Amino acid sequence: MTAPVSNPQALAADDAPPRREIGVWGWARRNLFRTWYDTLLTLCFGWLFYRIVAGLIGWGIVQAGFGTTPKACAGSQGACWAFIGDLWPLFFVGAYPHDARWRPALALLLVVALGLLTLWRRTRTRWLLACWLLAPLPILALIGGSATLGLAAVDSGLWGGLMLTLLLAVVGIVFGFPLGVVLALGRRSRLPVIRALSVGYIELIRGVPLITVLFMASIMLPLFFPSGFNPDKVLRAMIGITLFYAAYMAEVVRGGLQGLARGQEEAAAALGLTYWQTTAFIVLPQALRIVIPPMVGTFIALLKDTSLVAIVGLFDLLGIARTATANPNWLGRIVEAYVFAGIIYWVLCFSMSQASRRLELRFQTRAG
Amino acid sequence: MAEGAPISRSAIWRNAQVRAVFYQAVVLAGAVGAGFVIFQNTLTNLRQRGISSGFGFLRNEAGFGIAEVVPIPRLEGGFLAFMAAALGGLLVVILLAWVAGRRRRPLWSSGWGMAASLALLLLLPGAVLYVTHGTIRTETYTEQSTYGTALIVGLINTVLVSLVSCVLATVLGLLIGIARLSSNFLVRRFATLYVEVVRNIPLLLQIVFWYFAVIQTLPSVRQSIVVAPNVFLNNRGVYLPRPEAEAGLAPMLLALFLAVIAAMLWTRHARAERDRTGRQLPVVLPALGMLIGLPALSGLVLGAPFTLAHPELRGFNFQGGMVLTPEYTALVLGLSVFHGSYIAEIVRSGIEAVSKGQREAAQALGLRGGHVMRLVILPQALRVIIPPQTSQYLSLTKNSSLGVAIAYPELVSVAGTTLNQSGQAIEVIGITMAVYLTISLLISMGMNWYNARVQLVQR
Repeated sequence: MTAPVSNPQALAADDAPPRREIGVWGWARRNLFRTWYDTLLTLCFGWLFYRIVAGLIGWGIVQAGFGTTPKACAGSQGACWAFIGDLWPLFFVGAYPHDARWRPALALLLVVALGLLTLWRRTRTRWLLACWLLAPLPILALIGGSATLGLAAVDSGLWGGLMLTLLLAVVGIVFGFPLGVVLALGRRSRLPVIRALSVGYIELIRGVPLITVLFMASIMLPLFFPSGFNPDKVLRAMIGITLFYAAYMAEVVRGGLQGLARGQEEAAAALGLTYWQTTAFIVLPQALRIVIPPMVGTFIALLKDTSLVAIVGLFDLLGIARTATANPNWLGRIVEAYVFAGIIYWVLCFSMSQASRRLELRFQTRAG
Repeated sequence: MAEGAPISRSAIWRNAQVRAVFYQAVVLAGAVGAGFVIFQNTLTNLRQRGISSGFGFLRNEAGFGIAEVVPIPRLEGGFLAFMAAALGGLLVVILLAWVAGRRRRPLWSSGWGMAASLALLLLLPGAVLYVTHGTIRTETYTEQSTYGTALIVGLINTVLVSLVSCVLATVLGLLIGIARLSSNFLVRRFATLYVEVVRNIPLLLQIVFWYFAVIQTLPSVRQSIVVAPNVFLNNRGVYLPRPEAEAGLAPMLLALFLAVIAAMLWTRHARAERDRTGRQLPVVLPALGMLIGLPALSGLVLGAPFTLAHPELRGFNFQGGMVLTPEYTALVLGLSVFHGSYIAEIVRSGIEAVSKGQREAAQALGLRGGHVMRLVILPQALRVIIPPQTSQYLSLTKNSSLGVAIAYPELVSVAGTTLNQSGQAIEVIGITMAVYLTISLLISMGMNWYNARVQLVQR
């Protein structure tokens, strides 16, 4: 009854979290030194991090040789970035003629502009989709040359580097995606023949490695056409990648089609819409929106897998990295070449995946 | 509107069924037509180039060397008996399981059914192998062997590299996946860094990096790095001690088999006892004791199962022991590191998919930490994990074909050489694709069977 009433301010002070639970030390206690083995892990991984970071900085910056001549690397233990400084155009456009390098640069600018417009919500409209679908025409005209624009033709054998990698990826996406949608619709069709053909194609392609499809495209494709028609190496690789990834995109789209409530189709049928009207105006717009994140994942996989064309003798970013090390001035700079190529691939793929993650988050917040 | 006209009979081309048949006929005609044109063109082109078609070339002498060759057992005598025993045992078990399933008493629910099926699956082929192993003759691929043999060697190498990489990738993925959920900040960050770096760089680049930039720049044989006693690392590969079978091997395997059966029977007995009386008998220690004790006893009494042949530096190279070639090492490293990062993400999302309430409810029921994980979290996480895990194993096996870039003699690489030498493009590529399709099908079947066992049984 007569318990001492403590002064309210002191009580508030008692209720405040103990000092060891808050601030930097509190955080460190919770996240680094919770138990004795936690402390042990922290020490081990701290040391590992230190070794990795220190090693990378030492090799890549402190001891590295910068510049553009082999002299810059004389006697240095670290990376020789002078090699990249000298040969970087090779990594970007391959053996493309010197005086025409502005053309792939302009094409790249076009793709970047379209990409930026895609990220910006206001401009993400039907027109933009049409622009993407039409984009290969000006890009191919710029890179390959066209008589109407007055651009001299550049043989596809000279295409290379990052330019070729992006070209293969864009063509694979732009042509593979519609084909994938058709295959996915075919797989869900009520007509048994169409369903069987789609399922057969998808499962056949998904059961074999990309490299066998590329071999098939580069060796067997010329056999399939009348003897006069002989597609060049780059076109064959494009056909192989498109046909291969269409099957994977079809499976992604199918996931979206299955995720759609049945009532949507039934309501459309009740309104008297035909199959094609239902598909074009009701089903696909909703299904394709659901599958954007996994579809971006497939695009990233496609971009990474364009590196396989190096095996069938094209000089994409990976192929050119290997070729660059054969330059007599820079023999044996294999690590630098691969690290540089790897960084480019990483930046491309990582930014794509981050963009897709942001998109996904926004859809979630909108839905919730 | 004429009087007495049939009630609005629509035109025949508006009939849904007629239209369906028509569309399908058109698509089928298109597909068959395209196939026919391609077939005709191919025949014409082949005739022009003077290439004869058919699979007869498989019997021709290959004439090229393969760097990594595993002896292939000949399909005769002892090996045939072993294969018959293995397949026969498998068939009988499948039959028994089917019959037992029909009677609504699953084969593995009774201790004896389980012991019998294990005996049929393992003991029978093992016994046949033990009796006939003296008569098994092997063929080692040489340049005089046929193209067919070369392709089989390639297939074996593909399987060898894929199996080992699958196991390593799973172990790595499990570790990294769990590390991503760690309460330790540094461990979590390290795992995230690993996943984000590895996933966003092409696998082919990683494989050639391991091969050309790491393994080929290792010190030469004489300056080998000693990783562990009798394990050497140099630019010719990894040198390891090789186990060589001794007389004690068969008894030890038998002892191990008996120990497995005994441990399973004991576990069952303990569970039945617990269900009956509520008393928990010790399980882990007795089971471990049997699994380690029986083989150890066999080793002590009947002699060691194998001896180790250590690699020794003689002259310019190591003699004895076994060697993992640079190509093999680079391919295994590349595949397991790359797919390990994907498996890590699968494991992480699988564990995160189990709702927090499950863990809390299990703790509220008084289950201890290990039990919460084993009885509540993992069974539910596995359901989420297994389907994407299957596709990782599938894509790892298909990606082993990238070995062609570093001249590891797996199927695609051998097929490429065969194709260049014989000119039989269509047949060789056809065989390669058929083999990969078969492998894919087998893996999906196996994983689907496992998946069906762990999935939630719904009414």
